[in-house]
Formats: sequence, C-alpha cells, structure tokens
Amino acid sequence: MERTRPIGDVLLQVDDISLSFGGVQALSGVSFDIRRHEIRAIIGPNGAGKSSMLNVINGFYHPQQGRITFKGQTRRRMRPHETSSQGIARTFQNIALFRGMSTLDNIMTGRLLKMHRNFLWQALWWGPAEREEIEHREHVERIIDFLEIQSIRKVPVGQLPYGLQKRVELGRALAAEPELLLLDEPMAGMNVEEKEDMCRFILDVNDEFGTTIALIEHDMGVVMDLSDRVVVLDYGRKIADGSPDAVRGDQKVIDAYLGVSH
Amino acid sequence: MGPFIEVVLGGLLAGVLYSLVALGFVLIFKASGVFNFAQGAMVLFAALSLVRLMGDDVGMGHYVGAAAATGLAAGFLVLMGWRRARPQTPMPAQARWTVLIALAALGSALAALHGAKGWSGWVAVPAAAAIMGFLAVAIERLVLRPLVNQEPIILFMSTIGIAFFIDGFAQTIWGSEIYTLDLGIPKDPMFLLESAFEGGILVNQLDIFAAVMAGVLVVVLAVFFQKTRIGRALRAVADDHQAAQSVGIPLNQIWIIVWTVAGFVALAAGIVWGSKLGVQFSIAQVALKALPVLILGGLTSVPGAIIGGLMIGTGEKLAEVYLSPFIGGGIENWFAYVLALFVLLFRPQGLFGERIIERI
Amino acid sequence: MIYREAGQFKTTYRADQAVFPILQDRVALLLILLGAYVGIPMFASEYLVVAILIPFLILSMAAIGLNILVGYCGQISLGTGGFMAVGAYAAYNFALRVPELNLIVVFLLAGGATALVGILFGIPSLRIKGFYLAVATLAAQFFLDWLFSRVQWFTNYTPSGSVAAPPIRIFGYYFGSPAERYLLALLLVTIVALVAKNLVRGRIGRSWMAIRDMDIAAEIIGIRPMFAKLSAFAVSSFIIGISGALWAFLHLGAWEPLAFDINRSFNLLFMIIIGGLGSILGCFLGAAFITMVPIALNQIPAMLGVPISTATASHLELMIFGALIVFFLIAEPHGLARLWAVGKQKLRLWPFPH
Repeated sequence: MERTRPIGDVLLQVDDISLSFGGVQALSGVSFDIRRHEIRAIIGPNGAGKSSMLNVINGFYHPQQGRITFKGQTRRRMRPHETSSQGIARTFQNIALFRGMSTLDNIMTGRLLKMHRNFLWQALWWGPAEREEIEHREHVERIIDFLEIQSIRKVPVGQLPYGLQKRVELGRALAAEPELLLLDEPMAGMNVEEKEDMCRFILDVNDEFGTTIALIEHDMGVVMDLSDRVVVLDYGRKIADGSPDAVRGDQKVIDAYLGVSH
Repeated sequence: MGPFIEVVLGGLLAGVLYSLVALGFVLIFKASGVFNFAQGAMVLFAALSLVRLMGDDVGMGHYVGAAAATGLAAGFLVLMGWRRARPQTPMPAQARWTVLIALAALGSALAALHGAKGWSGWVAVPAAAAIMGFLAVAIERLVLRPLVNQEPIILFMSTIGIAFFIDGFAQTIWGSEIYTLDLGIPKDPMFLLESAFEGGILVNQLDIFAAVMAGVLVVVLAVFFQKTRIGRALRAVADDHQAAQSVGIPLNQIWIIVWTVAGFVALAAGIVWGSKLGVQFSIAQVALKALPVLILGGLTSVPGAIIGGLMIGTGEKLAEVYLSPFIGGGIENWFAYVLALFVLLFRPQGLFGERIIERI
Repeated sequence: MIYREAGQFKTTYRADQAVFPILQDRVALLLILLGAYVGIPMFASEYLVVAILIPFLILSMAAIGLNILVGYCGQISLGTGGFMAVGAYAAYNFALRVPELNLIVVFLLAGGATALVGILFGIPSLRIKGFYLAVATLAAQFFLDWLFSRVQWFTNYTPSGSVAAPPIRIFGYYFGSPAERYLLALLLVTIVALVAKNLVRGRIGRSWMAIRDMDIAAEIIGIRPMFAKLSAFAVSSFIIGISGALWAFLHLGAWEPLAFDINRSFNLLFMIIIGGLGSILGCFLGAAFITMVPIALNQIPAMLGVPISTATASHLELMIFGALIVFFLIAEPHGLARLWAVGKQKLRLWPFPH
C-alpha cells in the first residue's frame, strides 16, 4: 500500500504495565510501542486484556505498575480528560454516544476541547462566541462530509441504526483532531458492507489526516489487511509482536487462539 | 452514666421506627430498581385505613368496601392454594370468578351485618393488609406496567406522583384529622436494669414491641430473599428488567408481590408510628426522615436499613441533647441528612451498599 | 398551509444555528412578545396580573434554573425551594444592610450568593449519583429551611420571623402598580430565558448534556466532570436565586421561611417534568400549567354549583397533581414541549400525512 505519510518515530511507549482488579490480574508486564502514522492492531482471545490496555492508555484505569511515555514525555497518573487534551481520542466497544443529542451535537461535543470562549460570551451568543461556534461548525461539517452522514445531521443518535452510530462515534473522536486514535472493536456486529465502509474510513483517516491508530478487532481478515504491526495479548501477557504475516505464523498465537492448555 | 445510656437507648428505639420505613424502600429498590418515593404515603394510607376501620364513625360504604377487599384477597389465596395443590389442572375461569365474587359478597354481607361499629384489630389488620395488596395491584397496572424499561429516573419521578396521589386519596376517603390507634399494644413506660444503675433506665414497652417486630421482619425478609424461588426472581428483576423477562420471569407478578410486601411493611410501620404518635398526615412526612437512613445504610441492603436507622436515631437523639444547646433547637430536621451526606462523601454507595464498579 | 418553510434556504451556518430558524416562528414570537410587553399591561385586569401572570413569570424563571440542572445536566435536585429561599433572604439582607445598592445589583448579588450555596451543595455530586444525590439535595432543603427560621440574623431579629421587602425602586423609578411589577418581572425573565438558551446551545450546554447522557464517555472525550457539574449547579442556582428574590420582592412582598419549603421544590420539579425536561420552552409551558391547575380547581366546582371545602379541594389538588405527573410520564416523558414540537412537525406537512 502506498502511504503519503511514512511511519515515523515512536509516539507512544508503554513499559511493563501491570493492572489488577482485586485478585484478577488483567495485565501483567505488557510493553509495546506505537509509531507515528501507523495502524497498530491489538488482538487476542476474549478476556486477554485488550480493552483494559486501551483504558490504561487513555487514563481511565490506572496501572499498579509500569510507565507510559507519550510524545517523548513519561506521563504521570492522568485522568481521562487530561489524556484527551494531550491528543488521545477513542471509540468504545459498546457504543458510548450521547443518546439524547443529535449527530451534529455529538460531533460538536468532540470539539469542546478546542473551544475556549468564556462563559459571558457564550451567555450573550454574540461576537467571538458566535464566530467560534461557526468556525468549529465548519470543521465538524467537513467530518460529516468525510463520513457521509450528512442526511442524519439533526437526528438524535438514539434513533440511528447500529452501523451509523458507530460511524458517528468515529466522527466524534475525529472532531478532537487526535494524534492517537484508539478504536475498540470498530467493526463489531457489522455486516460485510458496513465493515468495508468502516475499513475505508479508517484507512482514509490514517492517510489523509495522518492520525496514528491503535485498534482492537476480532476479524482477522480486517486486522491483516489494515494494520502495519500487530501485538497479541493472551491472559494479560504479550505473546507476540510484529508484522501481520509474522504474527500469523507464530506458534504461540496459534496456540492461544486454538486454546492449547498452559 | 444512666442518663447517657437512656439517651442512646431512646435513640436506638426511635431508630427502629426509621428502620421500619426504610425497610420498605429497600425492598422495592432491591427487587425492582425503583426508588419508591411513595413509601411514606403508603405508611399513611395503611395506618389511616387501619385506624378508620377500627373507629366507629366512618360510613358503611367504607366497611363494605374494605370487607369486599378482604374477601377478594381471601379468594386469591384460595386460588393460589389450588394452583399449588394441583399445578396440572388450573381452575376453570368461571369457577375462578365464582370463588372470588362469592368471597367478596360474603365479606361484604358480614360487614353489613356487623354494622358500622368499628372492627376489632384481628379483623381490621388483615383488611388493611388486603387494601395494601389492592393498592399494589393498582400501582402495577396503572403506573409500572406502562413504564416498563423506562429509565430509573422516570420511574422515580412517577413514584413522586404516586406519593402525591395517595396522600390526597387517603385523606379524601378516610379524613384528615388526628386519630388515636389502639391495638392493645402495651404502652406503659417501664424500668430496665434497675440493679445496675440507680433508678434504672426508662423505656417504653411500645418501643420494645417495635424493636422485636422489626427484628422479626428482617429475618423473614432475609429468608424470603435468599432462600425462596420468588426471592431469586426478585433479585434477577432488580438486575435487569429485560434480561429477567427474557428468561421467563413474569415481571408483572413479581412487581405486584414486591409492592404488596412493601405495603405490608408500610402497615407494620404505620401500626408502630400510629400507636406512638396518633395517625395523622405528618406520618407521610416522617418518611422523609427515612431517606437519610436509606443512603446511610445503602439502597440495596436490608441489614443496612436497620443499622442505618439505629445510627441515625441515636445520632439524632445525642445531637438533640448535647448539641442543640449550642446551635439552637430543631436540628433534628436536618441532622440526619447532614450525617448521611458526610458518610456518602467517603463511601458513595452507603455503608452496606454494593460497591459500584464503573465500566465502559 | 401557512406554516411552510419551503423557499427559506439556510445559506450560512449562522442561519442554521438560529434559535428560531423558521420565519413563521419568528413572527409568532414577535407577536407574543408584543402582546406581553404592550397588550397585557394595557388591557389585563389586576387580578390576572397579580394572581396569575406575575407568579407564572417568576416560576418560569425558577423552572429554567432547575431545568438546567435536571433536564440538561441530569442531576436531580429536590432542594429548589431552599435555593429560592437563599435568593430571597440574600436580597433582603443586601437591600436592608446596604440601602444605597441599586435593586438590580441586589438581585444579581442574591443570584451570586445562591450560586455559591449551590456549588457547595453540588460538591457531593462529584462523588455520588442518581438517587443518592437526590437525597443529598434534600439535605440542602431541610438545612436551609432550618437556617432561615432559626438563625435570626437573616430575618433581622423580627419577632415573628416574617420579613417584608423594601419598596421596588430602580434608578429612581418606583415600581408600585401591578402592571409595573409585571413588566419588571417580564423583562428579567426574557433576559434569563435568552441567556439560558444561549448557554444550552453552546459549548457549555453540550458539556452538560454529555454529562447527562453518559458521564464516563464525556470524561473520556475531554470534559472535566467537576467543571461541568459545578457550573451547572452554579448557573442553575444563580437563576433560581434571582427568581427567589423576585418571588419575595415582586410577588409576596412579605414572607416567612414556609414560603420556600419542600412543596415549592416538588412544585417546580413537576413544572419541568410536565413542561419538558431539557427544554426552555417547556419551562414556560409547565409553569403555566401548574399555575393554572389550582386556580381551575377553585373555580370550576363553584361554577358548576358544587361547592367543595378547602380541605377537600387541597386533597383533590394533591390527587390531580399526582395523577397528572404519572400520566405525563407514561404518555410523553418529554412533556408539553415535545407535544408542541410534534404538533409543529405535523403542521409543516399538513394536509399531507408524510
């Protein structure tokens, strides 16, 4: 595949991450890196700790042990809203849209971080506040065009079918103009056509905006097609890391998926 | 030492009353996920029904109505017994209606014969219980069934509406004065531990009765929840309405059962409160006092309701005696709330509530 | 056939974001405002203005405040009456102790004081949610009730505990007649409604709604829950505080703490449920509805020649309110505002079904 933006240096480095809930060890000593402009897949059987890994990266869970280095800086313990202001956005395995709001409002919410006019201007809705709103509206409309969801702009998202909701959620994450985009099973529960659409969107996001993407996906065909590198987790441990082809041939990975006893 | 213990004991016994009201809340929350704001109104309704059936100045119509209700309830019990005894051959619909109507008519006739003299407690308490059962059926039919699968907040607000309705309804049909309730529960003060302290400790026998009753209720309910088939279904419903329905738990029946049981608990609370303070509208307000008990103990815990009630009762009495000289009287109106709020800041799920795990 | 938007093309995002994008709506609004500002003061009877319109306007304002918290930010509050009391007593004390202050400044200060109290009682919302929070706001209600009836400094040591508002004089102009007080209330309500609408359709409003719809996801996309929740408490309490001050100064004139008890809180909650959670228009519809029901209950039996005692009337009122709440929650959880929107949608397509 031709790339307009070559894969660059390391954007995010996780080192020796361990996370447990009570007695359950969700992650133990996991390390890997994500490079600028690449699509990095995280795969593994159910319960392998993939979603926990994403939650750690965006600050929703706090690992008991380990280091996270983002954009060259080792990060202190952060709340999710702090990581998102640093440029990490994500979508969720179970759709987490704001169901009472329209598509447009949901995506505009994704841009809240970029809006700065204070309270008084907003109360007056005049001058700078209105200009700011329009400026961001233009950006959001570009995303709406990009995702081809113009016709549902003003529909409350609670009324949309599943596939479109997933697309709106991607739009909301994109609105924040993230440097690192985390996608938690973006294609779960979709039919083949919807999957193809979503794949194309992910590739376009990566290519046009240069966004670095880490994604969790169960559909191996998709993973092998999309990703530059794959990391495989099983029982909270990393068992393989490398190019799709290398990982596919790895005996440990095959065992993990086929369920060889440990 | 004596006075201090007396204050604490007085607080504990007052706390039992809070616990009784809180128990009704917990039951409904645990079993249906509904935060029932109408529990206080139900206590009022139960107590008013009881005291007016025992009084001798209510119109005939009320007695006949209550008797018909009791007869119908007895009819339901007969039908349930039939179904238990012969699960394979359900009673034909016609026979079913005949039994119900016959028992209702029998009850009404008895009431008419008995006349408007006022019933004894042995008749009035079951009749009040039957009325609470009918209230439960009405609530399920008219409010809960149309609101299945709505968000909890909608259900909560609907119970505020129910509370207002019952408050108005109870007073419209039963009157709104202060009535004394006398079920023959001993009320005389007595002295305990006279050998240990000089003068002993003064307690009211009614309070002791209330404490024993609360204890029995808790044990019965705990067994009901943990050991019976219905209890398990109740817990399933509380977790997820849809999931429970999909495994074949009849949601409507479950809700009727739970609201009926909560109605019985309300009746128990009404008996104790009414005997102590007289039956009047303020009983419904007293239920507001049970709310801090509830959040202190945790919304889902039966023992929590009891222990929370005891803590609030004691804290309130202690504050009243030792704190109000400094900051002015009347603090019992908010002390419980502030105490509960303080606990919540450290344990958001209450002392005994199930821990909230946030997932995404 | 008159209500059509065909031919009205929105060519800018600015036009698309307008509060009333359709021309006919703008005309209707202008007519309503014209009637409210010119027609009513000229023609309405004193009874209508004093007993219905002034309370309606002030309660609409309080409902807007409450709706911001409950309808937009999803935090249930049962302490509205207490917050209105804070506004009323704050205004009373500012006017009493600093007589040279302009009354508008007094009202704003009263709102500010209430906002501070609101933030204080909103702090638990950072830790607790839902029903637990509802009970926590009851704590505010009971504590504030107690505070104003027991701590006599707030009532300037009047022996009865009842206090009276000073004459309403702003920039040397004396608002004495009902029509003048009505106009003052109307002006303030118009401003508050406009400001509230601007807030809820902008950045801050979206952050409130995001918290309401899914607080965890909101935090993950970068909304600070603390800021969103506390700002909702602050804005909501500010508006409720001003409405409390107006309720005391323009409507009651003289009052005691009972005027702001828990029944006021429920009353306002009912307004926003019936009117429509998360709708500014709904606040007005709900306030109108709830203000009219008791009046209708008093009038209708008399008109039919069936006099009922005041006790029965008040019990019936409880029953009717209760039944209405349940009815609305079942029939239309989004209240009158949604019915209105559905009606408008139908009208756009009329006479064609689709």
